[in-house]
Amino acid sequence: MEPSTPRTEKQDAAGGASLRVLGAWTAGRFADARMYRSAVAALADAPPGAGWDLRDAQQIDHLGAQLLWNHWGRQWPRQLDAEPGQRAVLERVAQFTVDLPPRGRLTWAERYLGLGAAVVRAGRHVRGFVRLTGQLMIDMGRLARVPHNGPWRDVSGHLYRIGATALPITALVGFLIGVVLAYLTSQQLKQFGADAYIVNILGVSLIRELGPMLAAILIAGRSGSAITAQIGVMRVTDELDAMRVMGISHSWRLVMPRAMALAIAMPLISVWTTLAALGGGMLSADLSMGITPQYFFNALPAAASINNLYLATAKSVVFGVMIALIGCHYGLRVKPNTQSLGEGTTASVVTSITAVILIDALFAVLFKDVGV
Amino acid sequence: MTDGRNVIEIRGLWTEFPGATRNFVVHQDLDLDVQRGEVLSLVGGSGTGKTVLLRQILGLESPSRGRISVLGQAPASLGERGAASRVGMLFQHGALFSAFSVLDNIAFPLRELKTLPPELIRDAALVKLQMVGLGPEHADKMPADLSGGMIKRVALARALIMDPPLLLLDEPTAGLDPDSSDSFVTLLRSLHRDLGLTVVMVTHDLDTLFELSTRIAVLADRKVIVNGPPKQVIAFQHPFIHHFFLGERGQRAMELLREYPFAV
Repeated sequence: MEPSTPRTEKQDAAGGASLRVLGAWTAGRFADARMYRSAVAALADAPPGAGWDLRDAQQIDHLGAQLLWNHWGRQWPRQLDAEPGQRAVLERVAQFTVDLPPRGRLTWAERYLGLGAAVVRAGRHVRGFVRLTGQLMIDMGRLARVPHNGPWRDVSGHLYRIGATALPITALVGFLIGVVLAYLTSQQLKQFGADAYIVNILGVSLIRELGPMLAAILIAGRSGSAITAQIGVMRVTDELDAMRVMGISHSWRLVMPRAMALAIAMPLISVWTTLAALGGGMLSADLSMGITPQYFFNALPAAASINNLYLATAKSVVFGVMIALIGCHYGLRVKPNTQSLGEGTTASVVTSITAVILIDALFAVLFKDVGV
Repeated sequence: MTDGRNVIEIRGLWTEFPGATRNFVVHQDLDLDVQRGEVLSLVGGSGTGKTVLLRQILGLESPSRGRISVLGQAPASLGERGAASRVGMLFQHGALFSAFSVLDNIAFPLRELKTLPPELIRDAALVKLQMVGLGPEHADKMPADLSGGMIKRVALARALIMDPPLLLLDEPTAGLDPDSSDSFVTLLRSLHRDLGLTVVMVTHDLDTLFELSTRIAVLADRKVIVNGPPKQVIAFQHPFIHHFFLGERGQRAMELLREYPFAV
């Protein structure tokens, strides 16, 4: 046993049993689980009503004193021998040991009110989002009147960060999806001898649906989260307030450039992803069914009408603006703490991916006669 | 190497930051000792590396050359388990975990040990909360709901939760109004006296400096130019000291020195 192990030693004195407290009763010692167990075991052995002698202890800090004090049932023992310093520590612990007021359980009435508060919160979300959208419209109108005052440098910066730097990852994902889709489809088509229809299937599904969707989901995860985190950190560091007191509108300087950049970049990335996916599909069709790229190119215009591409591009613009607005909305609602920042970023990505899928479904219903 | 009285020993310390053409030297062959039980203030113009020195003592940065020993150990070992029982640090802005309540912030170092029962940890954290002058009613508040002075107090309680013998303070009263600043200084002084702490602090506030320090170390010309009791430091001839202590602000703060004979 080390000399600093917290322990006690029984001693029979004239006035009854007494315990000598030995070793170091400190937080640093208790970091070792064995030391803490030794201290607890030493206390468990103590006969009730014994006297205590702390004078030979190496050191007793506030945690050690707390352990003793709690063991004594939060009152002074019958007899206590201690150095003045130890007594001072014990007195502080004795003075400041209090029970926290218990946290009351929620009553039904409070739960009912809580439900109402949740509805009001959801309402505020909707109102905030509508206001943000409306403000964006107003700002676009203002920009149309004074185009040279627009935050163009920001727009070009965001275009680069959101658009150009996303090209490799979207191409890779698009290409792989194209390969897999073409390969799986070709297995089915071979059974019917309908090999040539691979061009129709790939053409319509990739150009109209998968290309724009893949691009939008990737960008929502990649840039939607970045937008929320950037604006959220600006809230944490008071930069948003600094901007407001300078009379610079958040919506003009933060929301609009991002919405514009995404509205421009999203359709371009969507076309780029579609091209990569078609490339992958073409390669896969050539390898698995011997459909040459030459044939693929010739058959494509007849298989998928150009209207599909127009529809996909229009859809992508809406996806881009939605991703930007949702990212900004959650970013501006972040409260100045880390927890809220994390929650906001998660909510932003989940909401924008859901929104992308909902809008896609809406487009599918509204334009069911176009291009098919 | 350590003779038992020196809590911190710094020998031949060099700190260089890479620059465009040549390295920028912040500390050049710097020596400093901090003895048990004293309150040492680090003073110097901006860019003289006071905070860097504090971070090096904490092992957050490592010097280019030289040796630092803290409580007889290398600072790098401070990152180990239970480090909070050796050194407590009060960061300039408190550095409270914003996702935790006040009580959870204070209890965090003890909870992470995973050896102690939650009731004992809660009691210990409540004791520390009240030792820094805050009532138990603040225990469930979140850091975002606290005033600047309260944040410093909670951060101090968290730094002291494992009763470390050494406490480092970075600008303890910066950003506090004069009243909170005074009461925080009073709190620091009583804790220093009651707990027998060794304190190293960086401060620009002359009131804090004269009210708390038992020794002042002045950093200038890339080393410690003078290191001694306040009166001896003021008497030292150096342009920085002259400007810092004997300017208009300094004159006012020095009244303190004359009115209250210095006592530890």
